[in-house]
Amino acid sequence: MGNIIINDLWSFLKPEIFIAGGIFIILLADLVIRDNRKAIHFTALIILIAAFASALLQMGTESFIFYLGKGNNHGLLAVDPMSTFIKLITIFSTILIVIFTITSEEFKGSKFKSGEFYTLLFGMLLGMLLLSSGADLIIIYVSLELLSLSSYVLAGFIAGSNRSSEASLKYVIYGATSSGIMLFGISILYGLTGTTNLYAIHTILVSPHVNYLTLGLSILMIFIGIGFKISAVPFHFWTPDVYEGSPLPVTAYLSVASKAAGFALLIRFIKVGFISSVGTNGFWNFYENFDWQLFLIILSIASMTVGNLTALWQNNVKRMLAYSSIAHAGYMLLAIAVLSEKGMLAFLVYIAIYMFMNLGAFYAVMLVANKKGNEEISSFAGLGYKNPYLAFGLSIFLISLTGIPPTGGFIGKLYLFIALLDGDMYWPALIALLNTVISLYYYVRIIKEMYLTKALDDTTIETSKTELTFMFALVAPILVFGIYFTPLVNFCTNFVRILGF
Amino acid sequence: MNSIPIEYYLILSAFMFSIGVTGVLIRRNAIVVFMSIELMLNSANLTLVAFSSYLGNPIGQVFVFFVMTVAAAEAAVGLAIIIAIFRNKLTVNIDEINIFKW
Repeated sequence: MGNIIINDLWSFLKPEIFIAGGIFIILLADLVIRDNRKAIHFTALIILIAAFASALLQMGTESFIFYLGKGNNHGLLAVDPMSTFIKLITIFSTILIVIFTITSEEFKGSKFKSGEFYTLLFGMLLGMLLLSSGADLIIIYVSLELLSLSSYVLAGFIAGSNRSSEASLKYVIYGATSSGIMLFGISILYGLTGTTNLYAIHTILVSPHVNYLTLGLSILMIFIGIGFKISAVPFHFWTPDVYEGSPLPVTAYLSVASKAAGFALLIRFIKVGFISSVGTNGFWNFYENFDWQLFLIILSIASMTVGNLTALWQNNVKRMLAYSSIAHAGYMLLAIAVLSEKGMLAFLVYIAIYMFMNLGAFYAVMLVANKKGNEEISSFAGLGYKNPYLAFGLSIFLISLTGIPPTGGFIGKLYLFIALLDGDMYWPALIALLNTVISLYYYVRIIKEMYLTKALDDTTIETSKTELTFMFALVAPILVFGIYFTPLVNFCTNFVRILGF
Repeated sequence: MNSIPIEYYLILSAFMFSIGVTGVLIRRNAIVVFMSIELMLNSANLTLVAFSSYLGNPIGQVFVFFVMTVAAAEAAVGLAIIIAIFRNKLTVNIDEINIFKW
């Protein structure tokens, strides 16, 4: 057990190895073929597809890797179905982001350095992959910082843009502060338990000798770091500013992939650290004196309410989508707050569909912004007549984000409500339902602007065939999963398990 | 030989952490804000080392090495971003960096 076997690494760490190798390949390629931007895009895509395939191949495997010290049977990384699912989500969204980058107008100028961009993007992805299977507080902290540091730079990637550098500065100040608070919480948790491994912490917390006040304080501090990553209220203040100022592909990436990785960390932290057992009916039991369910429910209700209510009076579509992503973080957090296997399933289904619909919405907004140069809601006026295909696609994404049938967003919400009712959480379910109604207002506002408002100017918004094809490739899964969702749910059911439970 | 009790280290590090948080909240110069963040990280380091020596367990000290590396990387990225914003706006006062509001 105590030895690291190269074979083990290769069989369980393939996606990470591909991405880490990819960083070097891209850096070298950038030196050799700096002028050939297409070749660099292509190399990045190949590496990502290889990583995705290898993540698919390790489906269903469960193992610890990297043991710290002899006789220690808890590894630093836990490869299990849940982490594999989050890896699939993050790698797949990175593939989509590469396609965003190719078509983005913000990244067309001579100033855009594609090699550096992909190096940072891959750094971020590597952070997410390690975060989703990190079982040790050291790995969790370091990979969280790898993820954050790369994303700070990516947020400010447009050199000479006031908005982009402001987004970057705000991100780095909020991010560094919250990770500093999280680190202090981790140091207290280490002092209380004498170990940094989540699985070992689990066994120590069973004993009644732990001081619950100090423990609660340290967990609260760690939650600040996690809440920052998933942008849950009240740790969300960076989200609208950073999302609005960052280049659009980076915004889309932050809203899906880094959130998914944050949720993976949250789930592992709660389930491994503080759940004593999983009951026969699929409900998770907390330790005595340690009931955080109410805390999670309050956070999620605050997230969805604040996100939806503030989105109502936004005039910038990118900023509106930022608030909507806070609200969606609230829905997903509520699914986890049920603390049952059904809640986990609801979360996995939700995030899979959320990836398609949110990235699709950002892509459609990007196609408009490419031509208009901004994302104000007035830029969308008359889009239904100028470019009916684009307007149709965006409408589908927005309807799906609201959660109206026959779109995938409805299935996500359906499973969320099933899990909530199964857990006898009627009040949260009612509030989530009311929030869905509120969110309808601002999503439909964009659709109304596209079809019912006359355009202020005659500028045409043209899109190439490839761009439209790609957008409809994102529309298709939303419509298909909206009607024929059994395969998706069956697929997600395979990934509910976490190592050790 | 009598060693210093662990409480002293913990009080010192809690004090350092509070100074760091206060600095982040009240100072307006981006560079001073970063210095305060470093203070927060270092207070966590002090706690880790103190516990590590108290518990006779080396993991805390290993952790500190990682934290120091991360802190250096964070300072490098932070200063690079401050330089980027200074080139655009000729100020590092975070009250004047306010394009985005509500």
